[in-house]
Amino acid sequence: MYGEEPLFGLLNRIGTPVESHRPWPRYRLGRDGWLRLIEELAGNGWSLLGLWGEPKAVHAAFREDFSGDVAVVSLDCPQGRFPSLSAVRPAANRLERAAHDLYGLVAERTTDPRPWLDHDAWGVRRPLSEQPAAPVPSPGPYTFLPVEGEGLHQIPVGPVHAGIIEPGHFRFTANGETVVRLEERLGYVHRGVEGLMQGRPVAEAARLAARISGDATVAHSLAFARAVEAALGIEVPARAVWLRALMAELERVANHLGDIGAICNDAAFAFMLAQTSQLRERVLRTADACFGHRLMMDRVIPGGVATDLPERGAGLLRDLVAELRKRFPPLVAIYDGKASLQDRTVTTGFVSAELVTRFGAGGHVGRASGRDQDSRRSPGYAPYDELTFEVPVLTEGDVNARVWVRIREVEQSLSLIEQIVVRLPAISRGLDHPSVPVEAGRGGEGMALVESFRGEIMTWVRLDGEGAVARCHPRDPSWFQWPLLEAAIGGNIVADFPLCNKSFNCSYAGHDL
Amino acid sequence: MLKHILTSLTGGPVTEAAPSPADPALAELAGKLDKAAKARLGRSLSIREVDAGSCNGCELEIHALSNPIYDLERFGIRFVASPRHADVLLVTGPVARNMREALIRTWDATPGPKWLVVCGDCAVSGGLFAGGYACVGPVEEVLPVDLRIPGCPPRPTDLLAGLLALLETSAAR
Ligand code: SF4
Repeated sequence: MYGEEPLFGLLNRIGTPVESHRPWPRYRLGRDGWLRLIEELAGNGWSLLGLWGEPKAVHAAFREDFSGDVAVVSLDCPQGRFPSLSAVRPAANRLERAAHDLYGLVAERTTDPRPWLDHDAWGVRRPLSEQPAAPVPSPGPYTFLPVEGEGLHQIPVGPVHAGIIEPGHFRFTANGETVVRLEERLGYVHRGVEGLMQGRPVAEAARLAARISGDATVAHSLAFARAVEAALGIEVPARAVWLRALMAELERVANHLGDIGAICNDAAFAFMLAQTSQLRERVLRTADACFGHRLMMDRVIPGGVATDLPERGAGLLRDLVAELRKRFPPLVAIYDGKASLQDRTVTTGFVSAELVTRFGAGGHVGRASGRDQDSRRSPGYAPYDELTFEVPVLTEGDVNARVWVRIREVEQSLSLIEQIVVRLPAISRGLDHPSVPVEAGRGGEGMALVESFRGEIMTWVRLDGEGAVARCHPRDPSWFQWPLLEAAIGGNIVADFPLCNKSFNCSYAGHDL
Repeated sequence: MLKHILTSLTGGPVTEAAPSPADPALAELAGKLDKAAKARLGRSLSIREVDAGSCNGCELEIHALSNPIYDLERFGIRFVASPRHADVLLVTGPVARNMREALIRTWDATPGPKWLVVCGDCAVSGGLFAGGYACVGPVEEVLPVDLRIPGCPPRPTDLLAGLLALLETSAAR
């Protein structure tokens, strides 16, 4: 059946499948095959899921959105060079620049060869390559793209911002109050996660995965765990599968509540933040009571989950859902009915459907601009196939639409939590722990797609013969959303930037790694 | 909306009683503030938060301090937008090398008397990120630290207890 699908059809023709890569195939291509792929990509709509380097190879993952087929392609680059995908998949550009900065891989004929994560501060160049190089003796300043025109001025912002947010640099070019162009410079919170994971036992690497982006700790832990489990062919206990979904939905609700309030707050409507932050606190306390950590960090582990729900957990969760069902709708009505608020959010920060598709942007950014994609549904993973939920999709593409997608997702997640709580008792607790041991002493390659509150995470992992991590690439959804923020703010006034930025809420840490 | 405001007005405060100032924090702070500084600060602290490579988990909990349940401002402690307005830098993260210079510059931009509080295991010890090419490690390798609030991330009550200890120490006459 697969042979007839266009994605696999092409890859079977131009590449050789690699053994023990699960659950989707990985193909090794030659240089000709890679060039052929680029030609094909120019004419088709396959979404880029990720692109990552190794000392002598580059990998990219794609999905054919219609069929849901996913595949990884790899090209050996003994000379450390590969033909760039950036002309046909603009979202590849920053990933290629990252692969260059970390592994020294050169993307030929790239649309933008500037460094990205490397700010000349590490004391070493291409730190993860086979031969790291000495730093540039006297590095020059980063070159921002040139802007020309009459009456333009530039406003540099960051890396340290005015609020309690993560660091990054924004270079605005404005004409009076109107933003003509925004250019982002990221990488300030690069902590070297991929390098730190290398050579670590799975359990230790999982703790790093949990700290890729604190707000999505459950989702990143889940993506890492599922990639490892795929690599080793491990089946986790059913109870763990359900508890994972429970935690993931709690995380989604908590973040969306925080975001909805924060977006309104950036439109000078502090009342909403005061209200939703109380609801958020309520969710975190329930998470704490149920799983022993407010953000549920380190609770999803390879092999299962670290803690089962205590006896009183079901009751606490039912109370939580009931309370949110009572307190959230009136707030939604207020949001909907405040003309002064709508005035700020409607038509602000528009992103076109064409752009989200071109960049493969997911989460509320994609779904507010008509991109109907949610990895809980496609490719889908347990237990969501046994749960009923809708994926809200809007087409307006503005701040308001991104707020509404979140509102609808909160409602859906509350229903999911309720369904899970109803189903849980029937799912046996097993002998003692809702997890199975992750056997060391075996290798393999695995990959997972997980829907975080922010969008789709792709994690790819290779385990060596000893069961330690040989290479792991966790690709946060922010990679494909950050570039669109640059487009969203164009034509808006500078004062609306915080609003637009918050409506995206991209992760700096998840992106910078 | 009106109904909401009315409920908020008549429903009583949702704010919870504060934890007592953390004992270890009090001990750590003992003797760190001289008389002049105490007189200058009184019972108010302005905090500038700096993320020096955090995973953003610490930021989430620092944010929570401003919600009506913890309501940090009732103690005269508030977050300010510029280091030039701050008495305290609250630093998170294992000092990503890409943030090192920005952190130092922010500290230099903060007028004295000033204190540096580090929040979270990353900032206290480098956490899981110490030892790599990309992070310096504990904040104290870069700047003098006055108070450490460990945790991953610290709970809002731990943060509150730590900051209250700072307030107590600075206000004691
Ligand atoms: S201490 Fe924990 S929560 Fe805070 S930044 Fe470090 S990893 Fe994140």
